[in-house]
Amino acid sequence: MYVADSRASKPASADGAVRPVAGRRRAAIAPTVLALGTVSLVTDVSSEMVTAVLPLYLVTGLGLSPLGFGLLDGVYNGFSALVRLVGGHLADRGGGRHKWVAGVGYGISAVCKPLLLVAHSLTPIGLVLAADRTGKGLRTAPRDALISLSSTAENRGRAFGVHRAMDTAGALLGPLVAFLILRATVDGYDAVFTVSFCVAVVGVLVLVLFVPGGRRGDAGAVERPTLRGAVGLLRRRGLRRIAVCALLLGLATVSDSFVYLLLQRRLGVPDRWFALLPLGTAASFLLLAVPLGRLADRVGRWAVFVAGHGGLLVAYALLLTAWRGSALPYVVLALHGAFYAATDGVLMAAASDGVPEALRSSGLALVQTGQAMARFACSLLFGAAWTVWGDRAALAGAAVALAACALFSLTLRPKGTVPA
Amino acid sequence: MTVRSRILILVAAVAVLAVVGGAAVLHASARADRRNHTQAGGPRVTPGTVTLTGNGSMIFRNMAWGPHRDELTAVAAGDPSGPRTASGVKCLRFYAASGTGVCLQAVHGPVSDTYRALVLDDRLKVVHRYDVPGIPSRARVSPTGHFAAWTAFVGGDSYAGTNFSTRAAIVDTRSGRLIPTLEDFRIVKDGHPYQAADANFWGVTFARDDRTFYATLATRGSTYLVRGDLRARTVTTLHANVECPSLSPDGTRIAYKKRVEGLSKDAPWRLYVLDLRTMRETPLAERRSVDDQAVWRDARTVVYALPGDYGADLYQVPADGSGAPRRISTAAVSPAYIG
Repeated sequence: MYVADSRASKPASADGAVRPVAGRRRAAIAPTVLALGTVSLVTDVSSEMVTAVLPLYLVTGLGLSPLGFGLLDGVYNGFSALVRLVGGHLADRGGGRHKWVAGVGYGISAVCKPLLLVAHSLTPIGLVLAADRTGKGLRTAPRDALISLSSTAENRGRAFGVHRAMDTAGALLGPLVAFLILRATVDGYDAVFTVSFCVAVVGVLVLVLFVPGGRRGDAGAVERPTLRGAVGLLRRRGLRRIAVCALLLGLATVSDSFVYLLLQRRLGVPDRWFALLPLGTAASFLLLAVPLGRLADRVGRWAVFVAGHGGLLVAYALLLTAWRGSALPYVVLALHGAFYAATDGVLMAAASDGVPEALRSSGLALVQTGQAMARFACSLLFGAAWTVWGDRAALAGAAVALAACALFSLTLRPKGTVPA
Repeated sequence: MTVRSRILILVAAVAVLAVVGGAAVLHASARADRRNHTQAGGPRVTPGTVTLTGNGSMIFRNMAWGPHRDELTAVAAGDPSGPRTASGVKCLRFYAASGTGVCLQAVHGPVSDTYRALVLDDRLKVVHRYDVPGIPSRARVSPTGHFAAWTAFVGGDSYAGTNFSTRAAIVDTRSGRLIPTLEDFRIVKDGHPYQAADANFWGVTFARDDRTFYATLATRGSTYLVRGDLRARTVTTLHANVECPSLSPDGTRIAYKKRVEGLSKDAPWRLYVLDLRTMRETPLAERRSVDDQAVWRDARTVVYALPGDYGADLYQVPADGSGAPRRISTAAVSPAYIG
């Protein structure tokens, strides 16, 4: 549901870097990473506010039937992947324009909020949402590149962990703010959109004021970032292996909504609690993102990344067993959140090691896009398998595929992903 | 720029934005006061006793501004724009038959609203109570009063996500036993068993036999009229492009909204009547798009809601395609004819 899906569809967000301080074992988080974390937190509050009230707004506010609204989602998923690659490439050109490409992405999403005030029928609303997602696609890779460039190889996992934790905190707060506004008003959707816009503007301002711009010159001198260069990244063994593994594992990663649906079916979770299941995943992700990011810095990112999928495998297995204890939802959701904490930011940290600075944004975009497309394909396959063979058989199939992909990824372990 | 001046800029901007946001919230909350004032020239509403066994009355959700907004309200069926009697029971959607009512209402939680369905007796006392998993859309009671059904919109909550689905539930009002979703029924489509994860049901309407019902099934982008069997737990497709069916009192015709080619995406429907014996479709005289599950006032007339100044107004039109639509009541929705 909103919190969890928002995370799934955004494999990257921005946060802190760590700079070693002389004589201290633990370095501080780089200010840039904290600034980007703040931007993401604030922006997620803004966007999740809108997401949370949108169904209610369409049905009770505008009297529109929301059915069939999602028909173009599949098409849009493809477009969004393209936007992400373009965003990554644009950010690399001209010696690191990450900040400005990310800024345009945040800006587009901010401008979409007041547009919702004037869009009163399905087509304009659909266009506004598409623009919002375009902004999101544009900013993701440059922002992750900024995190990666402003942290050191030794602390990158932790930097991404801090960012993801802040990002998730924003996603948890957004719906709360929106519903409090609706509670305080009568049909206060206009107030929700206005406040959401104000919050989004704060996010853009924090980015503009507190995130340093690109390092002009030094990057371009080594390797001029061209489109061919970006595609050529896949010729590097390290990145290719990471991309292939992320793709394979993505193909066996069942989408969040299916996990919640399975949990509900297994336990007979009443419908009224159903909406709370994603909060469990989000809470676990929030709590574990930093510790697991630090662990990845210490024991190796690839190990933690694959272990995260092991956690997901255990969650699948628990859903398949006959155990129906009252602790089951807590354990499954904790594992599900741990899976995100061990894979989402950690993958970006791992991929960063295999990409030269000049092409960092393009490289991360490549990996993210591959993973997102694979997960989308998995949703389609899993839905079809569910229809034909039923939920248990479909999940058993996904579990076997996940185990196979995880084993394969372990043997493929990309070089240079374990720092020092 | 120094860090100090950057912080100053941010603080100043946040202050301005906070004023803008705060003003928007204040403006929206002032709406509560406006809506609690009775509008001039609106229908006269007085509190009183409303029962589901009264003679010749129409009971509906009153949407006129004032202290009785959203309450179940009765008027004389012969004078639907006349004085209204408000019951004090608030519902978003309502229907009633044979002394049994179903009321879909919002429950205001500390943070967000949840929804529930109440089965009411003839004095509007709550007999059964169920959680409704999303925003209420349609409500119906069987002509015998023995079954009630409702539809809710669920989902649509992924990031900028746009996937919605519906959940249709049926309850036996005597035993209280609930069928939480029609998706558990076996589907027979064009004579063959049919399975699909994307099957959605909405707009249930009941026959007199306490066994047969009709509803809309949507799958793979198309909608179908289905006939359901409560004992065999099956639904069978009968006709394509039918939404929100409403069975006539004699059980021979279905009034429904049909998606008509070439109309705008926001207003794609026209009211039709389908003869179940000949499967002949008759367009009704209403030329506007109707997004409602019509109600049969009698064997010749259907009543439906269209958007109005205070939410919705009720209209009626002959069921045989003749005549012209006529507005019968303002600021009203979800009517049920009693007695």
